[in-house]
Amino acid sequence: MTRFIERHPAWALIVILAVAVLLWLIFAVWPPGLEEAIGRKKVFLNAVLNGVTLGGLYFLVASGFTLIFGLMRNVNLAHGSLYLFGGYVGYIVSSATGSWILSFIVAFIVVALIGILLQIVVFRRMEGQDLRQTMVTIGLSIVFADLMLWAFGGDFYQIQTPNWLIGPVEIPLVTAVRSSGEAIYLQYPLVRLVIFLASVVIGIGMWLALNRTRIGMIIRAGVDDRDILAATGVRIQLVFVLVFALGAGLAGIAGVVGGTFSSLSPGEDTRFLLASLVVVIVGGMGSIPGAALGALIIGLAEQLGSVYIPTYAIVVTFLIMVLVLALRPQGLLARR
Amino acid sequence: MSLSHGAHAHATPPTIAARPSIRTWPEINNPAAWIVAIILLIMPLIANGFFLIEIFGTTLILGIVALSLMFLAGYGGMVSLMQLTIAGFAGYMYAIFGMSASANISLGWPWWLATPMALALATIFGTLGGALAVRTAGIYTIMITLAIAAAFFYFTNQNWPLFNGHTGINTIATPHFWGVDWRGDIPFYYVVLAVAALCYFAVEYLSRAPFGLALQGVRDNPRRMAALGFNVNAHRVAAYAFASFVAALGGILQVWNYRQIAPGSVSVGAAIDILIIAVVGGITRPVGPFIGAFIFVILRTFALDFLVKIGLDGNRFRLLIGLGFLAVVFWSSDGVIGLWERWKRGTSDPAGTSRRHGHG
Repeated sequence: MTRFIERHPAWALIVILAVAVLLWLIFAVWPPGLEEAIGRKKVFLNAVLNGVTLGGLYFLVASGFTLIFGLMRNVNLAHGSLYLFGGYVGYIVSSATGSWILSFIVAFIVVALIGILLQIVVFRRMEGQDLRQTMVTIGLSIVFADLMLWAFGGDFYQIQTPNWLIGPVEIPLVTAVRSSGEAIYLQYPLVRLVIFLASVVIGIGMWLALNRTRIGMIIRAGVDDRDILAATGVRIQLVFVLVFALGAGLAGIAGVVGGTFSSLSPGEDTRFLLASLVVVIVGGMGSIPGAALGALIIGLAEQLGSVYIPTYAIVVTFLIMVLVLALRPQGLLARR
Repeated sequence: MSLSHGAHAHATPPTIAARPSIRTWPEINNPAAWIVAIILLIMPLIANGFFLIEIFGTTLILGIVALSLMFLAGYGGMVSLMQLTIAGFAGYMYAIFGMSASANISLGWPWWLATPMALALATIFGTLGGALAVRTAGIYTIMITLAIAAAFFYFTNQNWPLFNGHTGINTIATPHFWGVDWRGDIPFYYVVLAVAALCYFAVEYLSRAPFGLALQGVRDNPRRMAALGFNVNAHRVAAYAFASFVAALGGILQVWNYRQIAPGSVSVGAAIDILIIAVVGGITRPVGPFIGAFIFVILRTFALDFLVKIGLDGNRFRLLIGLGFLAVVFWSSDGVIGLWERWKRGTSDPAGTSRRHGHG
């Protein structure tokens, strides 16, 4: 952190100013002039919170993608299909048993098993052939998309939010002040906050697992230099299978989250594949903190964009990607 | 880049006797090429309107777009998934500058102004995209170009002032001059054929021109080329510029063919179809994309009837395409051309197999 400030004082100043302005916009009571210029504070706060919680969902999808890419150099373009499949599995489980929590567990296990199968049957055979692996994942994503269309049709599915999470909750952010001097607080759906907290917990858990455990050390060593790691006697194939299972399982969990947040339908796989691509390009390929930062930026940009410039919202996301590629092609937090 | 291996094998013939043929066009001594050319020229006598446009016209148009990908992937080692997006961009620009039913969007320029404008803008768009993609190398190219393609698709879907949202732009005017309706079946077929031939020979020529040879050098060993004094990134961006122009030509023909353009024409699935066409046909030679496009169009047109006939659900066309693509990627690194050559070698010259392996 301090090294970044020392090396790029101008950029650090810009970032600090931007964060300060954002914090002021969130916590201060807006003066009337500002409300006239850009609309009510409630709309802004809702967009920010939607953006942050969407960022949590994007992080769940993209962290698996970036982990698989970082270790195996495998651009898994079927990751969106794994997301959608996880969502469908979660839908079946939650509508059959009525248990929301169980749907997460089953989706994780089923999709992780598919990941293991893919790694053992398909990707192990073409190790080191980046392009061919990517082509195979493209072919797989087409096949999966059509199989899922066959099985589930083109309908929209939504996973039922459990009763104890339904309804809004008041959070201590002032949206406006009544003429009597009484402050109005923001109402926000509880389920989104809980899911966001869960994704933060998962993110911290992954960070700890990667940085404080032996298996995490092996994975980090593999990201840095796969061949030397294999030469030291680590059973690298086992590590690959584990990482692929974890990445795929995270995509499955994200599918259940996405099915609860919004809905599941054909085409969502592409949407989340694009999201993870952009998040990983912005954050840095193979970096978990990068995925978190990228997911936050892209989630915020998407939601704020769709509120304030509705027909050009995607351009904002895209411009962020262009800007990062122009200034720091390896991504914001990647080492190489 | 295993899929682009073998591309240099045909640029360096194994025997000295064959060497003069590199300087001339390789098609001249190939009777099969002459037969195909003659069949394509007299096609309007053989085929009716449906076959002429829906099968052969579409094949050639998709082939042109896939050819631009083949040029980038085969000679430059850059697999770009945004070639269809560039084509679609050209189509949208033609619809916006030219005449269409959406009078509030289209500017109403005549076709001979709108076409060069659309070509120029699409080439600039593709070159800028390429300049972004070459910031990183190798496998990242696919990710960045796919992100560009997907972003453009979602943008056309959500933007109403310029792109008219998900309805797109309909009833686009096509050229009509010298008393000929150039969208009529037979004139349009010849326009498409002429453009396809032009693009084909341009790629063929460029692959043996100094620029193309340098590009192939950049593909095989960028570091060594940089050490020799070649500007690696400039070559890559120039390759993108050329490929964008080819793709834009395909896009203009596409929009003349359907007379409408909508986000569906630039969807991610359609962009991936172009990759499938190029890979199935073979990305080591300019003829590959056209073969791939022919297979794709035949499958797309007749798969429904065929699947129903053997007692399966007719809607599983994409499954068939996906499985076919997987099979090609698994078993042949050079698409259908590779299979054909392996078969030809296997029948005529069994000793040749080991020699060819030396190149790969």
